[in-house]
Amino acid sequence: MLVGDIETTLTPQEVEYARKQLGREPNALEWSMIDAEWSEHCSYKSSKPIIAQLPTKSPRVLLGPGYDSGVVDIGDGYVLTFHIESHNHPSAIDPYGGAATGIGGVVRDILCMGTTPIAFMDALKFGDITKSDHSKWIMKNVIRGIADYGNCIGVPTVAGEIEFDDCFERNCLVDVACLGLGRKDKLLLAEATHPGDSVILIGGSTGRDGIHGATFASRTLAADTEQERSAVQIPDPFTKKLIIEATLEASESGIVRGCKDLGGGGLTTGLSEIADKGATGLQVYLEEIPIREPDMSPIEIMISESQERMLLVVKQGQEDVLRDIMQKYGVAYARIAEVNATGIIAVTRFGKPIANLPTSFVANAPIIQRKARAPTAQRAGYEHEQPKNLEKVLLDLLCSPTISSKGWVFRQYDHEVGIRTVAKPGQADAAVLSLPNGKLAAIKVDGNALFCDLDPYVGGASVLAECCRNLVAVGAEPVALLDHCQFGDPNDKEIFWAFSMAVKGIADFARVISVPCIGGKVSFYNQDEVTGKAIKSSPVIAVVGLVEKLEHVTKMAFREGETVVVVGRTKREVDGSEYYRSMGARGRSPPSLDFDHEKRTQAGVLDCIRDGYVTACHDCAKGGLGVALAEMAIAGAKGASLDLRSVVADEMRDDELLFSESNSRFILTTNKPDHLVSRLTERGIPAAVAGTVGGSELHLILRDRELRCDLTTMQDAYLNSLQRILEPWQK
Amino acid sequence: MKVAVVQFPGSNCDRDTVHVLKNNLKLDAKLLWHNEFDGEYDAVVLPGGFSFGDHLRGGIIAAYSPATKAVRKMAEEGKPVLGICNGFQILIEAGLLPGALLRNTSLKFVCQWTNLQVEATDTAFTCAIEKGSKLRMPIAHNEGRFFADDELLDQLETDGRVVMKYVGDNPTGTSRGIVALSNEDGNVVGMMPHPERASDPALGGMDGIKVFESMLEWARC
Repeated sequence: MLVGDIETTLTPQEVEYARKQLGREPNALEWSMIDAEWSEHCSYKSSKPIIAQLPTKSPRVLLGPGYDSGVVDIGDGYVLTFHIESHNHPSAIDPYGGAATGIGGVVRDILCMGTTPIAFMDALKFGDITKSDHSKWIMKNVIRGIADYGNCIGVPTVAGEIEFDDCFERNCLVDVACLGLGRKDKLLLAEATHPGDSVILIGGSTGRDGIHGATFASRTLAADTEQERSAVQIPDPFTKKLIIEATLEASESGIVRGCKDLGGGGLTTGLSEIADKGATGLQVYLEEIPIREPDMSPIEIMISESQERMLLVVKQGQEDVLRDIMQKYGVAYARIAEVNATGIIAVTRFGKPIANLPTSFVANAPIIQRKARAPTAQRAGYEHEQPKNLEKVLLDLLCSPTISSKGWVFRQYDHEVGIRTVAKPGQADAAVLSLPNGKLAAIKVDGNALFCDLDPYVGGASVLAECCRNLVAVGAEPVALLDHCQFGDPNDKEIFWAFSMAVKGIADFARVISVPCIGGKVSFYNQDEVTGKAIKSSPVIAVVGLVEKLEHVTKMAFREGETVVVVGRTKREVDGSEYYRSMGARGRSPPSLDFDHEKRTQAGVLDCIRDGYVTACHDCAKGGLGVALAEMAIAGAKGASLDLRSVVADEMRDDELLFSESNSRFILTTNKPDHLVSRLTERGIPAAVAGTVGGSELHLILRDRELRCDLTTMQDAYLNSLQRILEPWQK
Repeated sequence: MKVAVVQFPGSNCDRDTVHVLKNNLKLDAKLLWHNEFDGEYDAVVLPGGFSFGDHLRGGIIAAYSPATKAVRKMAEEGKPVLGICNGFQILIEAGLLPGALLRNTSLKFVCQWTNLQVEATDTAFTCAIEKGSKLRMPIAHNEGRFFADDELLDQLETDGRVVMKYVGDNPTGTSRGIVALSNEDGNVVGMMPHPERASDPALGGMDGIKVFESMLEWARC
């Protein structure tokens, strides 16, 4: 609403609350600061009560949600930091700049903990690129934005996930997760704890880009989005690279007491949060802030989200040491504030007071209790004849953008820099990175808008289950998760219900498998203002796991002569499958998820990998058995002859057996089939030998027919289709 | 053997290169911020990355920096000088190697493992490898398409200064598949593939380490 002359996203209740708390009318600058900090984007005012359900503790977790990154203890004095960010609204308008600054934002969250960023993942959702030139344009530029930024700062982008659906046509989702590595004794927190310390702003100057970015992300996109370009920040990866080097050197030197990245809400958020967390106050000298344009108003300076800036809290008297480090790297710096014990953030300009707000008041927006209501509309089931030519269905699925190889994307990402990437994109179900203590980190990010759309509770839990299966498949034990909940307008009760149920599903299953949540993000208002349509419920989950030793790392390629074992029970569950998507159908409810059985299956398969029984492993998910087997064949450039009548399955048709997306399934290869199968079945995990790897075709014996797909045809379909859609002119 | 790895603002393969030289080859390798590098070393590596943000074009600003003056001095003294990826771009922009490196024909960054063949072995970075050997190393760059006119290309091939070529697939459209080049004396080599990324079996292969082993061999002779 309009407060004084200031257009804000504050509700009348919030305005009333602010006046009452302060006992006076805030001035225009103060209203702007309150507006930025209390935006949904910065304050989580709607989502806090819901995300409080997530488990956040385990012996390995040092810091959970509420910090810039979650921190996991990996032993031997080392920690991993892990964080996820989205840049959905900016990317919908300026896909290149929006995606690049998304990367730039998440890397600062890792850096400000005093840890080195070592890997990125991206989870992207676009409209249907087979139909929409707009979505092609968005996708190409998002990928180029991530590539140009990530490649330049020397952090490999090692894994990801891309889903295509009409609902993302005007609301693409661009999520980036970053993994960091550091020493436990060098961790920094975003806190200003010691009065007398200096707050130094380093990096880029403050400009007019990204003004109102946080409030812009806290409402739906307007029809005329061109007008909102100034809310998108400008990326500068070269400056970021220097900031990374300079910040790490400063943190190593021991003079830095706290560190905070400047993202949503700009200086207002950064300053009020370090003072609130440290239970101190700040005297801010506005005239000391380097600005890009001479006539910027105090409001613009305090809420600008210009990129490539960090706040360092430096020990009193050590400012010169910091200056020398910044000068070495050519990074600009300015002492913009001093820590005090007042509990107040006071801003002055050339000695004149211009804002004076209690830090705990600014930093803690009043919580909004939103109403949720389950949808009443019943979904119809889907009935169809079995297609005659299942080879064609399989090839079409391998060509479909969501399933096909993302080689066109990951070849644009430097996924090798840092010389840690042991399992590279396309080789395995998750990326695996070597660590200095001899262990390895495995990371993956997953989503499934189709499942979550049909049932957000089961869907949310299934996304977490799939992500953990992907880690287990490479030989890792899942250790911690990040959740990124992306929904439409939370004022819509059904959307808020879907959000609440998705989080509940994730939380319930996370408890069962003892994988705590160490951070996350909530992005609402992913809704098209023109059509009024919200995106499908799209929680995205990233999980980090640990592989105990290099020998446990398992990839997915078929190798000649090995035996193929299918683990898990295939049920008649094609609703919400990629098979149904290819027919334009949805169905009624997603595949079921038995939490305990899923947990037992993952533990059983991980034990078999660790004991050396497994030569290759692949999660059976999108596209079902048919696609999973084809992917293993393509990865190894080897065919196989398999009798799928032996697979543990309910009564169903051949197309359902091939493309059902039942949870809790893996495909393994082994040289010790008898041992492997008996070890799994002993633990109550269904497992059966399906056949042997070899030859130049995938030969599948089904109940009523046999299917034969030539390896080269499958390779061409799977490996080249994305390029054919996006760049038909390339060879 | 004292090896310097020069870190320009924006270099990003500097630590990887030092890691391989130190841990895999047990060499006395030192990471030097560009304005601390004086050329008083037995060999120097210009690592990959985006020196000075690749502003103007890849490698050109670094080519005019004082550090590159010291590199030039070492090159003239006959000491081994290796430019990897962005380092190769710097050597070309500095005129220590001929030709130009243009954007890949796909106009995109390309990161993938490639098949290479060693064409010249009388250089400081291939002298321990047999001529005609097939190597596998990854590339990762946007501007790595070597370009020269036919006259120069013929001359380079005749003089044995083409050090490595792609075999089979040419993912960047580089002239005659050329990915590595030397100066006339063979002590200065620029290459687009990353040998430091192919120096550990867990990361995909050990062929890259032969490039660094050659440097030791060259120093011995």
